[in-house]
Amino acid sequence: MGRPIAGSLGPVQGLSLAPARPLSPVRRRAPGASVNVVDVGRRFEGATGPVDAIAHVHLSVAPGEFCVIVGPSGCGKTTLLRIVAGLEAATSGRVDVSGDAGRPRNAMVFQGRSVFPWLTVRQNVGYGLKLRGVPRRERERRADALLATVGLARFARSYPHQLSEGMRQRVAIARALAVDPDLLLMDEPFGALDEQTRLLLQEELLRIWENTGTTVLFVTHSIDEAMVLADRIVVMGAQPGTVKAVLPVPFSRPRALTDVRSDAAFAPLFAQIWGMLREEVLASRADIRQVRA
Amino acid sequence: MTPASRRLVEIVLTIAAPLLLIASWEALSRSGTIDRRLWPPPSTLWGTTVELLRDGSLLTDVRVSLGRILVGFVLGAVPAIMFGLAMGLFWPVRAFLMPIATVIYAIPKIAIAPLVLIVFGTGETSKYVVVGLSIFFLVLLNTMAGVLAIDRSYRDVARNFGAGPLDLFLSVALPGALPSIFTGLRLGLGFALVVIVGTEFIDADQGIGRFIYQSYSILAINKMFVGLLVTGLMGWLLNAAIGVLERLVIPWKVAG
Repeated sequence: MGRPIAGSLGPVQGLSLAPARPLSPVRRRAPGASVNVVDVGRRFEGATGPVDAIAHVHLSVAPGEFCVIVGPSGCGKTTLLRIVAGLEAATSGRVDVSGDAGRPRNAMVFQGRSVFPWLTVRQNVGYGLKLRGVPRRERERRADALLATVGLARFARSYPHQLSEGMRQRVAIARALAVDPDLLLMDEPFGALDEQTRLLLQEELLRIWENTGTTVLFVTHSIDEAMVLADRIVVMGAQPGTVKAVLPVPFSRPRALTDVRSDAAFAPLFAQIWGMLREEVLASRADIRQVRA
Repeated sequence: MTPASRRLVEIVLTIAAPLLLIASWEALSRSGTIDRRLWPPPSTLWGTTVELLRDGSLLTDVRVSLGRILVGFVLGAVPAIMFGLAMGLFWPVRAFLMPIATVIYAIPKIAIAPLVLIVFGTGETSKYVVVGLSIFFLVLLNTMAGVLAIDRSYRDVARNFGAGPLDLFLSVALPGALPSIFTGLRLGLGFALVVIVGTEFIDADQGIGRFIYQSYSILAINKMFVGLLVTGLMGWLLNAAIGVLERLVIPWKVAG
C-alpha cells in the first residue's frame, strides 16, 4: 500500500474530543465513517416560485470508501456535499454520518479560495486543531508532519500569497487531514488547477487516502477524475438534482494514473458515463434556449 | 532607459520640485515682485524656526497636539473596530446601527466641535472626544465594509471546523477586515489632524492650532508659516507611523 510516510506521531495529549485516540498524520486505526443519505431534498424560494436544487437523493457510502459524485454544473452536487457537511440544512429527508465512537467528524476541502491568507501555511494546517483546543506545540508537530506528506515542509512559515494555486490546495488538503476526519468531503478541489498540477495532486490524494482509510466523498464535473479516483461513481442529473446511477469502478488498488488510463475498461466506462451526462447537459441547454426565446 | 537611470531621474525630479518652489519664492520675495510682508523670504523662516525651537514653546505645542490625537485615536478606533466587526458579521446589528452611523458620518466633525466643547468643557477631555468622534465613524464603516468583503468560503471553513461566534470574530472577521480597518485608520488620522487644529482655533491654551491662530491674531506671518510647515510634518509623521504599524500587524498583506 503506497509509499511509507515519514513522521508518524504518537498519541496526542490534551485533545479533549478524542482522548483515547492516537492521531497519526496519515495512518489511522479507526475505519472511516459511513454515510447514509435518505430521501434528501433542498428547496430554495426563488423569485418565480420554489426551486428544488436536489430532490429525493438516496446515497450510501461505506466506511473507507472513495466515492465520487459526478454531474453537470447546477445539478446540486455541491449543495448535497454542504448538507452532508452540516453547512446547510436539508429541507426534506435526513443524513446519517456514523463515525468512530459515535463522534462523526468531517472535514471539507473547498473549491477555490479557502486557505486563510492571514495565516502562515503551518497555522493554516493547524487551524482545525486550534479550534479543538490542541496545544500549540502539538499542533505544529502535526502540521509539520502533514506538510511533509504533501511536500510543503519548506513552506511552513510562508504566507499563502507566496505559493502557487496548486500548493495552496495542498495546504487545504493537509488542513482537512490534520483533524483526522472520519469523513473527508472534497468539493471540486482541483477544479481551478492546470492539468499537470491536477494529475500530480490526484496521485498524491490517492497515496494519502490509501494510507489513511478515511471515507471520502468527492465532487467533480470531470468524468476522467471520477474514474481515476473512485471506488464507486455516483452520476447525478440536474433539475432537480437526483442520483441517476451508481457505477462501481473496476480498477485495482493501489492505483497508478497511467495504468488506469491504459486499462481496457477505461474507455467503455467513460462512454457509459458520458452517455448519461450528455442528455443532462443537452437538456439544460435546451432550457436556456427556451428561457431566452 | 534602464531602471537605475530612471530611478536617478525620479530622485532628481522629486527633490527639484520643492527646491524650485522655495528658490522662486525667495527670488520673487526679495525682488519685491510679491509682497514681502505677506510672503517673507523662506531664508528668514529658518531664523524664526531656530528661535522657536530654542525657547521650546513650539515643541510643547506639537507634543500637546500629537498627544490629543493619539489619545483620541485610541478612544475612537478601539470601539469602532469592535462595533464595525459586529455590524459586518450580524445583519440585525447592521440594520439597527446603520442609519445613525451613516447620518453622523456625513456631518463634518469640526461642526460638532462647539457642541462637544459645551458638553465636555474646555479641558483636554473635549479635545479627545472631538478627535475620537472624527475617527470613530470612519473606522466603523470601513471595518464593516471589510467584514462584508471577506470571501464567504473562509467562514464556511471555520464553521466546518466547528468555529463558534467568538472564533468567527477573532479568527476570520478581524484578520480578514484588517486591511480595510487600516484604510479607515489612515484616513482617520488625516481627519484627526484637521479637527484638532480646528478645535484648537476655537479653544485651547496650547497646541499647534493655537500656535497658528495666535500668530494670525498678532500678524506674525513668519511664525504662521513655521506653524503650517510643522503641521505638514506632523501629518507626514502620523502617516508614516500608521504605515509601520500596518506592516507589523498585516505581514501577510501583498505589497503594492
